[in-house]
Amino acid sequence: MILAPIGDFPEELLARLSRRTGIPVGPSRVDPAVAWNSTRRQCDSTRLLVELKTRYDGEVMGAAACDLFIPVLTFVFGEAEMPGRAALFSIHRLREEFYGLPGDAELLENRALRELRHEMGHLHGLPHCSDWSCVMSSSHSIERVDNKKEGYCPECSERLKRRMTFAQFR
Amino acid sequence: MSEETLSILIVDDEQVVRDSLVHWFTEEGYEVDSSVSATDALAKLAGREFDLVIADIRMQGMDGIELLEKIRAEQLDTSVIVMTGYASVETAVRALKHGAFDYITKPFDPDDLSVVVRNALEQHRLKRENRLLRQQISEDHASLTELIGQSEAMRHVREQIETVAGVDSTVLIEGESGTGKELVARAVHRLSPRRYNPMVVVHCGALTETLIESELFGHEKGAFTGAQYRKKGKFEAANGGTVFLDEIADISLKTQTDMLRVLQEREIVRVGGTQSIHVDFRVIAATNRNLTEIVKDGRFRSDLYYRLNVFTIHLPALRDRYGDVPLLATHFLDKYSKQMNRKFTGFDRSALDLLIAHHWPGNVRELENIVERSVVVGHEPLVRPADLALARSPEGADDLSIEAVERRHIIRVLEDFAWNQTQASKALGIDRVTLYHKIRRYGLKPPAKPVRA
Repeated sequence: MILAPIGDFPEELLARLSRRTGIPVGPSRVDPAVAWNSTRRQCDSTRLLVELKTRYDGEVMGAAACDLFIPVLTFVFGEAEMPGRAALFSIHRLREEFYGLPGDAELLENRALRELRHEMGHLHGLPHCSDWSCVMSSSHSIERVDNKKEGYCPECSERLKRRMTFAQFR
Repeated sequence: MSEETLSILIVDDEQVVRDSLVHWFTEEGYEVDSSVSATDALAKLAGREFDLVIADIRMQGMDGIELLEKIRAEQLDTSVIVMTGYASVETAVRALKHGAFDYITKPFDPDDLSVVVRNALEQHRLKRENRLLRQQISEDHASLTELIGQSEAMRHVREQIETVAGVDSTVLIEGESGTGKELVARAVHRLSPRRYNPMVVVHCGALTETLIESELFGHEKGAFTGAQYRKKGKFEAANGGTVFLDEIADISLKTQTDMLRVLQEREIVRVGGTQSIHVDFRVIAATNRNLTEIVKDGRFRSDLYYRLNVFTIHLPALRDRYGDVPLLATHFLDKYSKQMNRKFTGFDRSALDLLIAHHWPGNVRELENIVERSVVVGHEPLVRPADLALARSPEGADDLSIEAVERRHIIRVLEDFAWNQTQASKALGIDRVTLYHKIRRYGLKPPAKPVRA
């Protein structure tokens, strides 16, 4: 898997996430302009997934700084093909500044790590988990993102391991 | 992960909306399907059940409200959420008035959508659970308290019920009218793995050929005069449960052919319909007639008989287990005394004698009716002979032949001496061996102590 920066995703955060997940950073940045919707002033998340797949042949995880949406929802924290090879997440609504609070780099990094792992789970076919502390639990608000842990519950962890092993032999 | 995968049907004429929502709900762990129009949605709903339908209000052709009306009219067991691109109080009120669970405006806040859907599904689950529990409580009551009897024959029936309940085979219950065939069917269902699904009852004898077809297989709208809506048949309504076909001998040869096909294929076609629908059910059939003879006469298909006659439970007539009469009579006396707020404590000696000696052509049902009446007309605390409206029957208490009188007299004396045969023979003025032969000749057995089944 490649970690692909989109637009002005911060270099330093990208490096730290790469180090913590062991996923190497991709060679070039994806321009979010292709997915920009001027009426909603947001990026079309599904359109960005298409762009990521055009740029990269293997599994790719996009890291965006712009606000993401899908047509029926006001926003999404991320999106993934389920199962598939492309996924992405955005830090736009993970920043404390979005909620009118002073910035917190460490909190942002931990939130981004959770969203990255969450989308990676979907990419390997995992649906949302009913265990609120599992990283695969559904989180449609920042409070829910903060409530969960950074890792998978034992059941999701086992399923992920099985699916990733199976994927290697596909 | 949730234990049960809930199903959602998305109905919207915009592909992008369908795709986004299907993707979103798949991630949420639901089983999702989509329809491009209300007509397509109704076709899908005819083929299978969905827990929730999320439909757009504005669609070409039939709109969301009309779809909602049809779902409600056909009494489909599904919750509906309507969505629209334009927020207006008027539309929201219209949707809610037509029975929508809720109303949401596009684009949705992800958290709002998640909460609305979770609430709708929770309400759907509670409604279904409530219905099943109500049914189960009444079934528990019926099966556990009313299968009364300590006679050998009733012990055997209970053993048979326990043996067959766990295996999914067809059961045939034979017995005269009023012996409690439906109670046995309910007990089998109640003890089977299908107990959390419904048991539906079809009284075959009460229905004409046209009615029974529509009752069993359901019908499409307009299939016949008066068929204003599509209706599910009993086999479909059983939905993983049990279908109890009472008085099976009364169905016509044509319906027998249709029924044989359903039992073999596990598929039905509604009257006036063309689509085959898969059905999952267990059959328990009952008859008060001798099916073998009806098969010989050519009025009952032998292949259907063999399909039904996998495991047979024979219910004894009450006169063949007269020792259970005091138990049953006391049980019904308790039941009706409580119901009518009366204070009966039992039967006086001669009333009980009358009950034991009666021939009971109407079986347990007749006994129940007679005890119920005695609770209405009798004087507390004991039921007396005058309170019992026993019908005259040639072999019953009114039978004045020497044999019948002797039988009743011997029973009474044996009861008086708690079945001590030495003391009873002394009182009767005959020797023990003679009494022993008479007991065998009249098929008398000591009544067991009152124990509830």
